[in-house]
Amino acid sequence: MTDLTLSSATALPTKAQAAQKLVRERLGQRALVAVVGLYLAVVLGAPLVAMVCELAQLGAGDALLSLLRPNALAALRMSLVLSALSVVINSVVGVVLALAIVRHRFALRGVVNALADLPLAVSPVMVGLAFLLLFGRDGWFGTALDRFDIKIVFGFGGLLLGTLFVALPYTVREVAYVLEELGTSEEEAAATLGASPTQIFWRVTLPNIRFALGYGVLMTLARSMGEFGAVLVLGGSIAGQTQTATTFIHDAIEERATNSAYGMAVVLALFSIGALLSLEWAKKRRKVTR
Amino acid sequence: MKPAAAAYALAPTRTGRVLRHAGVLYILALVALPLLAVLWFGVADGIDTLRHIAGSSTARAALWLTLWTSTLVGVLNVLFGTATAWVLVRYPIPGKSTVSALLDLPLAIPTLVAGVMLAILYGPTSVLGHEFVLLGMPIIFAQPGIVLALLFVTVPFVVRAVEPVLSEIDLGEEEAAKTLGASPLQIFRTVYLPAIAPAALSSGIRSLGRALGEFGSVVVVAGNIPMRTLTAPVFILGEIESGAPRMAAAMSVVLLAMALALHGLAHVIEGKLGALHD
Repeated sequence: MTDLTLSSATALPTKAQAAQKLVRERLGQRALVAVVGLYLAVVLGAPLVAMVCELAQLGAGDALLSLLRPNALAALRMSLVLSALSVVINSVVGVVLALAIVRHRFALRGVVNALADLPLAVSPVMVGLAFLLLFGRDGWFGTALDRFDIKIVFGFGGLLLGTLFVALPYTVREVAYVLEELGTSEEEAAATLGASPTQIFWRVTLPNIRFALGYGVLMTLARSMGEFGAVLVLGGSIAGQTQTATTFIHDAIEERATNSAYGMAVVLALFSIGALLSLEWAKKRRKVTR
Repeated sequence: MKPAAAAYALAPTRTGRVLRHAGVLYILALVALPLLAVLWFGVADGIDTLRHIAGSSTARAALWLTLWTSTLVGVLNVLFGTATAWVLVRYPIPGKSTVSALLDLPLAIPTLVAGVMLAILYGPTSVLGHEFVLLGMPIIFAQPGIVLALLFVTVPFVVRAVEPVLSEIDLGEEEAAKTLGASPLQIFRTVYLPAIAPAALSSGIRSLGRALGEFGSVVVVAGNIPMRTLTAPVFILGEIESGAPRMAAAMSVVLLAMALALHGLAHVIEGKLGALHD
């Protein structure tokens, strides 16, 4: 620090030097903005634009019409059903686990906290493999399932398990974060005023976490709709049965049915853009409530 | 952590405890049990597991490809992510909110669709793709495509982590350094770098961890040619499909160990960040 003071004392910049410095700073700013802009354009912008252009070339109508075939509709319906179930189950489980992690003290708390984050670190293909090793023909429970004629792998159960696994962290993380920030003062006040635990949850806690929950729901929805690796391994992508929107795209590409592949990709992209816009909205509201 | 009075007033009720037990059972069954199965199959043969991977040249090449592309992506994310956050926080650029929303897109868009977009842009039938092939540097079905796909899906990591830290820094500190005659580089090194380095580093490491497991976008873009563009996650799929679950589990264990180590490291660095802030 001392040598800085000395240098400024011995050589005060003249007006011309100061102006020159300002120009240099401006140039530096412009250069940085240009570099960042170029980078984002290459990494994010160009692929997005390419997709829109390709669609315009193919004819959006043709691409979307190709989705009216039964297999495409079945795949889309499967994805929607899985996502809806995933949202409902993960919301309930997410709130329960977040409350447990933040408000309760119990032996497995650290383990549960770590497990709630784990799906973010795991490759989706590995999720598929994991359930295969449990419920597949040679898996731990394979013979037991066979005896009772329950089909999880290459069936709806497998698809659901894979989707639930990958989408688990979003609600837990969001809600736990907000619960931690909120503290317990409002809930304590309600308790002192004689509110029952049930009343406290519905009247105080839930309204406070509603935007975090909404954010979690949207992330869960986007993640569940877009899940690919796990449902490919677990479902086997059987057309009309275990095919989801993503595995439909994958198969369409391999069969060189570009129209249907791009059409479905656009549907998914539009869906996620919708989720994203709601997400931005929820994010703003979440900040306001804090 | 919580005051004792709070614990008393809001002591978990019976219903609360029952719900908690149900939640804990759910997460143990859904997350812990499947991972145990992978560990069991992956390391049942003990040290032979690693020998399996080391003995197969395809597996070695896949692991190496995943490692170097992910590391490159992590480094690029730290550099460009920090620069992006800087521009978003400090400069009054037009369309800032659009750019900001765009940056969240990779979180919402299916990674498979990201791969399809890249395939459209650089595929052999596209104008751009054709040019790159003529240049002798194809993007799709080649390694640059893998890097681009990984970059697309991990773009938000560092930006979103550095942004809040940057906007919290007191501009007075920069002013003070400026009046004392510090050069912009000195200001960056002494005022900003210590504050943003932990966030940039930990999120960069997390993006690396995320890239290690990336599957959907890569499977479309890479072409999955063994020894050249077959990444470790796609290798796992191949082993599952060819009925070699042990090899798949072994590679999964290697990937999982690396991802967990990276996330742990990021966690430690974030802890340091918290300490610095207090």
